[in-house]
Amino acid sequence: MQACTGCHGPQGRAASDGYYPRIAGKPAGYLYNQLLGFRDGRRSYGLMNQLLAPLTDDYLREIAGHFAGLDVAYPAPQVATGNVDALSRGETLVLQGDAALRIPACVQCHGAALMGVAPAIPALIGMPRDYLNAQLGAWRTGNRHAFEPDCMAQVAKALAPQDIAALSQWLAAQPVPAGAKPARALPAPLPLRCGGVAAPMPDESAAPGAKR
Amino acid sequence: MRAAGRVAAATLGLAVLLGATVWWLNVRDDERPATAGVAQVTVPSVEQVARGAYLARAGNCMGCHTATGGAPYAGGRGVPTPFGTVFAPNLTPDANTGIGAWSSADFWRALHHGRSRDGRLLYPAFPYPNYTRVTREDADALHAYLRSLPAVAQPNRAHELRFPFDQQAALAVWRALYFRAALHTPDATRSAEWNRGAYLVEALGHCNACHASRNALGATASPLDLAGGLIPVQNWYAPSLTSAREASVAAWDLPVITALLKTGVAAPHGALVAVAGPMSEVVTGSTQHLTDADLRAMAAYLKALPQTTQPGEHSATTAPGQAANASAAAALTGPGAKRYEQYCAQCHGERGEGVAAIYPALAGNRAVAMHTPANAVHMVVEGGFAPATAGNPRPFGMPPFATVLNDEEVAQVLTFVRGSWGNAAPAVTALEVSRYRGAR
Repeated sequence: MQACTGCHGPQGRAASDGYYPRIAGKPAGYLYNQLLGFRDGRRSYGLMNQLLAPLTDDYLREIAGHFAGLDVAYPAPQVATGNVDALSRGETLVLQGDAALRIPACVQCHGAALMGVAPAIPALIGMPRDYLNAQLGAWRTGNRHAFEPDCMAQVAKALAPQDIAALSQWLAAQPVPAGAKPARALPAPLPLRCGGVAAPMPDESAAPGAKR
Repeated sequence: MRAAGRVAAATLGLAVLLGATVWWLNVRDDERPATAGVAQVTVPSVEQVARGAYLARAGNCMGCHTATGGAPYAGGRGVPTPFGTVFAPNLTPDANTGIGAWSSADFWRALHHGRSRDGRLLYPAFPYPNYTRVTREDADALHAYLRSLPAVAQPNRAHELRFPFDQQAALAVWRALYFRAALHTPDATRSAEWNRGAYLVEALGHCNACHASRNALGATASPLDLAGGLIPVQNWYAPSLTSAREASVAAWDLPVITALLKTGVAAPHGALVAVAGPMSEVVTGSTQHLTDADLRAMAAYLKALPQTTQPGEHSATTAPGQAANASAAAALTGPGAKRYEQYCAQCHGERGEGVAAIYPALAGNRAVAMHTPANAVHMVVEGGFAPATAGNPRPFGMPPFATVLNDEEVAQVLTFVRGSWGNAAPAVTALEVSRYRGAR
């Protein structure tokens, strides 16, 4: 898989100081959904779109499984450069969300340890800040899409740019404990309906998501 | 005054005559379907629909008529041209946005005459200079198949063309100059297999839409011309199928040619060859789905193409040490050699020998040493996988170097590769790299 590791680092471990995200050890379903997304245009990044164009579902599933199965050490976290208020705001959003803005806490879907939940929800720690910023920004502006209903688009659109910066700062500064893995199951139903996740949903009237 | 009047009258007369000629050339063999509103409903047979599905593969209709990630055949993909972008229309049988209201005669008129149902002239990004050669029987089968698809309500996107190319009159002039409706004519002196291959290559396959050069107005010389050409805007070079220095298959065995079309990879004379770029799309969407008999027919036709030698073209592989020019010779020990060692040698080998059946050799590789470095630039900058096909489901891929090497460095590496181990192609400049890699 040299075509992947050229950018995503040996064994897909990507350093935390760059842009290209780590792919090693992410849930297989998440990686597969992203590969499909790049091939079919829901995600937009020229090099990925071109690379994946001639590949089949089966092969992409196999590639996703390969990287999901790799267990390699995480890089050290990035040093946070934001001010204390911003970091505190980031921490609050991650752990508690913002009820007034109808933003669920990150941990509600991405797991209490923020290591993601198998099979389709990714980790939020161990990632470069620039990458996190870019993804939330892309969802907010409509450049990145997930399967409908696109819950992350709802969340990102409810976040102010300074909230995105605060979140990314805080997340990128968290160390990944040795041996950390995606959680096996969600502790509670998802607060929003997410097309890319086959998981128990609350009934629709209870969903707090900002409907658009 | 009188003389001026005469000149004006003569000019006007000439203009009218020219206009009339253009008009006549556009309508002289048009077939206007009976429009009495009597819908002639003939229920297509299962066989006809299946045949149409197969022919749609042979023409890769879906390739252009499906947007990335969109509903099949519902249109929306843009075909970039030097004159602007042409958007492929919805071919599903939706009555309002697709071709649900079209009769088989309407469909034939589009394919054979390049006219829409309402008589509008169609842009030749829809390759009707090729499709005009499709038989009526095949056109009817295609129409029957398209009618069998689920209807998708998706309005067509308007073309985005610059003036004057957005004018029907401009299209009429273009057609008067470059388009004649014509059927494929079998050559009685050739085998049935060769003739079948010729039909597939020239008509539905529309191979020359890429594998031929285009003039300033975007016209190719003839569906028979397969001497190679740079694909406008995309800047991939579709190599000549008639030159041993590019992609001629005259020296390949028939099973090797069919393997390349069927699986995307082949090993003529033992060295791995893989399709890339736009040809990858052709294998994925079209040729991998064709029968062995049809692939063999295409292979027989392509193998028998009259060969040309192109003046001024450098031989791809001369004896080692015969570098094409001084700069290539200098590159052998320059920064290109170092970068090759650092980034390329791990897979392609210290001496460009590659690894059998895994990594292509670069020594003696025509795709690397072609006169035009366009494709080599694309490969280094963008990387790429061979297409995943039934015959090669887990292809190897090359990483993109766009984020690692700048234009100058790509030029250095390519100059080294094109001038080493017997390759004797001209050096590549940073300007060329910049030109071919295009917008990202």
